[in-house]
Amino acid sequence: MKVDWTTFWPRIVEATGETLTMVIATLIFGSIIGISFGLLLFVTRENNILENKLLFQILNVFINIIRPIPFIIFMVAISELTRLVVGTTIGTVAAIFPMTIVASFTIARVVENNLVSIDPGVIEAAQAMGASPLRIIFTILIPEALGPLILGLTFVSVSLIDFSAVAGTVGGGGLGHIAMTYGYQRFDGSVMLVTVIILIVMVQLAQWIGNTLSKKIMRR
Amino acid sequence: MIEFKDVSKTFSLGKRDVHAVKNVSLSISKGEIFGIIGFSGAGKSTLLRLVNMLERPTSGTIFIQDIDVSKLSSKDLRTRRRNIGMIFQNFNLFNSRTVAGNIAYPLKLAGTPKREINKRVKELLNFVGLADKEKDFPDQLSGGQKQRVGIARALATSPDILICDEATSALDPDTTADILKLLKKVNRDLGITILLITHEMHVIQSICDKVAVMEDGEVIEDGNVFETFTDPQHETTQRFIHSVQSDLPSKQILKEWRSSGGGKLYRVIFKGDATNDPVLSTITKKHDVDFNIVYGAVRELQEKLFGNLIVSFTGDASAVQNVLNELNTIVELEEVIENEG
Repeated sequence: MKVDWTTFWPRIVEATGETLTMVIATLIFGSIIGISFGLLLFVTRENNILENKLLFQILNVFINIIRPIPFIIFMVAISELTRLVVGTTIGTVAAIFPMTIVASFTIARVVENNLVSIDPGVIEAAQAMGASPLRIIFTILIPEALGPLILGLTFVSVSLIDFSAVAGTVGGGGLGHIAMTYGYQRFDGSVMLVTVIILIVMVQLAQWIGNTLSKKIMRR
Repeated sequence: MIEFKDVSKTFSLGKRDVHAVKNVSLSISKGEIFGIIGFSGAGKSTLLRLVNMLERPTSGTIFIQDIDVSKLSSKDLRTRRRNIGMIFQNFNLFNSRTVAGNIAYPLKLAGTPKREINKRVKELLNFVGLADKEKDFPDQLSGGQKQRVGIARALATSPDILICDEATSALDPDTTADILKLLKKVNRDLGITILLITHEMHVIQSICDKVAVMEDGEVIEDGNVFETFTDPQHETTQRFIHSVQSDLPSKQILKEWRSSGGGKLYRVIFKGDATNDPVLSTITKKHDVDFNIVYGAVRELQEKLFGNLIVSFTGDASAVQNVLNELNTIVELEEVIENEG
């Protein structure tokens, strides 16, 4: 049975809203946690401004454990934890929880990689001027890495759109859910086409925003 | 001003210990430009970083203005560092900040009020000759301009000491000369004590008052630049001096000289006052001997002249001997031996 497009549009709009909510909320929470972890990972490295082998190893191992797990498996595997924290495993809010965890660790790695590319001499110069470690983090590390960092976050948000679709197939709602239910299970090509087009537009838009912002920050 | 007392620094790389600095004792006086020269890996970079405690010594003490900096807490150390400006080979400017922003950074750290910061930044930009580059970003500047910003930034908090980590090594010869001139101005006009490290002898030659030569973590020779240049004791020091002023023609030329029947060659070294008189001409004329300058140069070092000439004498053998004896009382003289060069 094909859908009736005159009544189905509101459903599409609603699903698009759900997808956007999942992606944006995850990006916000994931960035807060991920940037903190990434900074922590960087400054606790050997010979860095707050060297701490234990903390570095713990963070490093955690990231290495979580990142290789395929998202769909991870989401199902931690569903009990999700229920404990969110109260349910179904719906948009429930999807945001596992998405945030995965995004946090991915962003942590992206942040760390961008920070590593900062010339250590620049940090040394700030130290030589008498800057404290915290001061260096906020006035040197973040501003110096901001351009590439935004590109990294853009890359993460594009994969979050992908994650949100995966989450949709296992009860998360959003465009993924629509595409699976109507497009895949009911063989309605038109629904599939519309959701795919919306997803493409979203990715393009995210990439455009990221590129523009980072270009503005890097000036050239 | 700066005093190293039996300072050592050992890094452990895995199972291996690297002795970067070994038992160094040095004393740098107020108002001096003190140069430390050494090949790469000699430990000079580590030694320099011990001054502002970017590296902590394994043993020994470092006094800066009579304060033992190795005993300072992190917080006191950060305050002390404002009194020691530092510039770098690769400038290490903050790319996310404008020229003015770079210079303002140490002032912000020191808690200087904004109005004063703006005034000070303008002053410094004028001092280093970059008044029109205030709003530029570092990537829009040439190497020499970047180092000028580096110097302005290092001087922002009006330090008593400036330490320079191979500050001209990434620059072309003309720009190097400009930056060295600027450093001299910093020393003369602002009375700032400068400690620099370099592997280029001409840097020492152009601006330093005192020099220390480092090898394998040790200071093998140190003293006044003029004396060290004109009378080097250590082989490494001689090598550095030859890098800026070769005191002999090439082996090929010497060989040709000898095979074409040229006579014995003598090295005549003039220092200071001896360069004012026509010594060679007067003495050879008196004994009726001719002289031929085969090779050599007279150079200026710390505003004194220093000549190194390779000379041959022709005339009656005993007359030549008399010339040599008499020259020897006024200048340094030695025969250039067969396989030298």
